[in-house]
Amino acid sequence: MSRFSELLLAGCLIAAAAGASADSSFPGVGRPATPSEVKAWDIDVRPDFKGLPPGKGSVDQGIELWEAKCTACHGSFGESNEVFTPLVGGTTKEDIETGRVGAYIRQDAPQRSTLMKVPTLSTLWDYINRAMPWNAPKSLSPDEVYAVLAYLLHLGEIVPADFTLSDKNIAEVQKRMPNRNGMTTKHGMWDIKGKPDVKNVACMKNCKTQITMGSSLPDYARDAHGNLADQNRVIGAVRGQQTSEGAGGGAAAPAPHPAMDLMKKSGCSGCHGIASKILGPSFRDIAKRYKDDKGAESQLIGRVKAGGSGTWGDAAMPPQAHVSDADTAALIKWILSGSPEN
Amino acid sequence: MPQNTPRPGRIQRAPEGFLSPEQIRDVSAGRRDFLRTAFVSASMAVAGTSVARAADGDPAILTLPEHSTTLGRPVAERPYGAPSQFEAGLRRRESPGLTRVAGSSVSFSPLQGLFGIITPSGLHFERHHQGWHDIDPARHRLMINGLVKEARVYTMDDLMRLPSVSRIHFIECGANTGMEWGNVAVPTVQYSHGMLSCSEFTGVPLSVLLDDCGIDRKRAKFVLAEGADGSSMTRTISLDRALDDVLVAWGQNGEMLRPENGYPLRLVVPGVQGVSWVKWLRRIEVGDQPWATKDEAVHYIDLMPDGTHRQYTSIQECKSVITTPSGGQTLLDKGFHNITGLAWSGRGKVKRVDVSVDGGRNWRTARLETPVLSKALTRFNIDWVWDGSPAILQSRAMDETGYVQPTYAQLRAVRGTRSIYHNNAIQSWKLADSGDVSNVQVF
Ligand code: HEC
Ligand code: HEC
Repeated sequence: MSRFSELLLAGCLIAAAAGASADSSFPGVGRPATPSEVKAWDIDVRPDFKGLPPGKGSVDQGIELWEAKCTACHGSFGESNEVFTPLVGGTTKEDIETGRVGAYIRQDAPQRSTLMKVPTLSTLWDYINRAMPWNAPKSLSPDEVYAVLAYLLHLGEIVPADFTLSDKNIAEVQKRMPNRNGMTTKHGMWDIKGKPDVKNVACMKNCKTQITMGSSLPDYARDAHGNLADQNRVIGAVRGQQTSEGAGGGAAAPAPHPAMDLMKKSGCSGCHGIASKILGPSFRDIAKRYKDDKGAESQLIGRVKAGGSGTWGDAAMPPQAHVSDADTAALIKWILSGSPEN
Repeated sequence: MPQNTPRPGRIQRAPEGFLSPEQIRDVSAGRRDFLRTAFVSASMAVAGTSVARAADGDPAILTLPEHSTTLGRPVAERPYGAPSQFEAGLRRRESPGLTRVAGSSVSFSPLQGLFGIITPSGLHFERHHQGWHDIDPARHRLMINGLVKEARVYTMDDLMRLPSVSRIHFIECGANTGMEWGNVAVPTVQYSHGMLSCSEFTGVPLSVLLDDCGIDRKRAKFVLAEGADGSSMTRTISLDRALDDVLVAWGQNGEMLRPENGYPLRLVVPGVQGVSWVKWLRRIEVGDQPWATKDEAVHYIDLMPDGTHRQYTSIQECKSVITTPSGGQTLLDKGFHNITGLAWSGRGKVKRVDVSVDGGRNWRTARLETPVLSKALTRFNIDWVWDGSPAILQSRAMDETGYVQPTYAQLRAVRGTRSIYHNNAIQSWKLADSGDVSNVQVF
């Protein structure tokens, strides 16, 4: 039987087994989901742990997995601020007792880490399971999710070093979440009939006697968003302000280097920043490393195609075989030339 | 300012089109008398003839341009049209330093240059949590499960056979204007308010699909929407709302959704912050409790002065902003100006917009342009003659519930300054006598 008719047949079987819904008002539209289909997609875990698959993982197992799969972006201790805000930090033993993160009340937290915010442990299990590692979502087994979560909780001193997290004890651990009592739904912005909390009246005449300037943009920040002249129309009642030198005289902004687009299209930018390390080294660091290496160009083309690890660390680059030879060559040339942005 | 200059067309040219950087600095410094000389030399350059000729009139009229004297380009040269090359300034842009990686970032719509209420699809703001994909629609499925008589699966073919509706709605990220809670942080309306767009969406009401699956109306209280991307973004929506005006949409402004906006299927949750409008929608689950997903238990929670976080804040309350003149722009001239802007409310229609040019002392009511639709952007305009003295421009919207957009002082008195989300305060733009407009907060 041809592959095609096999597929057709499989399709018919599903349709026949399913039949049309008895009281559907749209005969012929849609079909019942099979139990395996629902199982494949219905992966959510609720705060009452409905949906949580059975399994377990220890802090020790978590450390190992974390080093291999999470450290590159979140740091060995979940503290990294490089790819995302820190996952860990800012919570205390007292918070674990009270369920209210004190830093919010003392207002002494420079940043809000994940553990300072999240009230519900299910949230972390559900999210890591569906979305992490960021570059390979849904690749962890349930036991691996338990393990990395156990390690994360240990970093927050919520569980001890010899702890094994499982579906059996997760509800107990929930009772130690530092911000578990920190949420409120008492506000008017969820319910369809919710009432606003802030009130103004539409005064029309002599509403104020004095106008105080509260805040304005510091001069040094005026060009932080590029040349505003290039971000406005060239006709009409207004023009954009010239906020940086050079691009004056109506010249268009310099076009971005074509490799900028190519790098994004080819998926490199998920793991490499031009100047910042993500999972892989920054492109500028690569250029630095191979500055005096004449054979680097052809060598790196080969390495990108084949993927690999060990040169920069433990993290691996998957084979980039989906990128054409010409594109890979162009990218490497550009990287070795210091990745100019235009 | 040359008040009595004769005006063959428009005398005052775009500074950046004709002037050197030095001269532009002069404009910023408020020295405008050079404009006449600039015009003369510019017309010499263009026409390549004498000053006398320029005095005859506008070289744009006197010297026929190439487009009037040559054959133009053929039809269908660009099978999918693109904006004029002269519009290249208006594009989506990221705010430097706001996020760390482009796959989980934001690009802002250039509100400073848009007209009317519809955002061109290519300029719709973007927010992705794990990058975007261009999904093969033939392989896309929507599943509905949970508290329904029968869990069902729909292909795009199925969904697009159903009775569809088309509705115009705004979408605003809950974090729009979030950088400005504590103080002024960004220069232009693109970055202060540009996580805002408005489109005509076409799709099937979610209520139709829930009925098709036989929703258990006794037990069902909430639905969960889930995306098909790597992040499989999930958000809880109350059943009241799900049955009210939520759409499962494939159309946007007459064509299919753009990939960055969820092609081929997204949820449209009118009046509610953008994060709930799940893109690449693959599943709806019906349940009896909220899910507290990552983007409703770690993010999109509003930090209050007492240290609690408000969870499930969803409604985008009434808000407005003047888009021209706005921060980072320069008025070319004194005299007549049309102040224009956008107003919207997640609770219904905009009823009225008032505009102040004196920092909120006195207000005049602006014209609302039609259509004025529920949970859609509404365009307002008001005439103004600028006398060249400094001014502070503000707009204040009121919606059909009678709610009036608050001042910063009122908003902060209740919610403090540490939240990221749901900043709907009145925006102030300071106009200097040089014509430069900048972002300020006044009390
Ligand atoms: C390639 C980089 C990368 C890797 C590897 C990675 N993450 Fe992440 N992680 C991110 C990014 C980026 C976000 C933010 C995503 C977003 O904006 O929605 C994130 C978010 C998270 C969050 C939610 C934090 C919050 O406050 O919202 C958790 C928890 C998390 N990651 C855990 C993990 C774990 C566990 C691993 C290893 C199994 C891992 N991550 C691997 C990049 C990464
Ligand atoms: C999934 C993440 C990932 C993606 C996607 C990715 N890389 Fe890498 N890349 C890495 C890692 C990790 C390393 C370090 C490997 C090592 O230590 O040997 C690396 C290393 C490199 C190197 C240096 C190799 C060496 O031997 O020094 C180059 C050049 C490079 N990548 C280019 C690219 C280009 C071009 C693309 C897009 C076509 C790309 N990468 C896509 C993760 C990635």
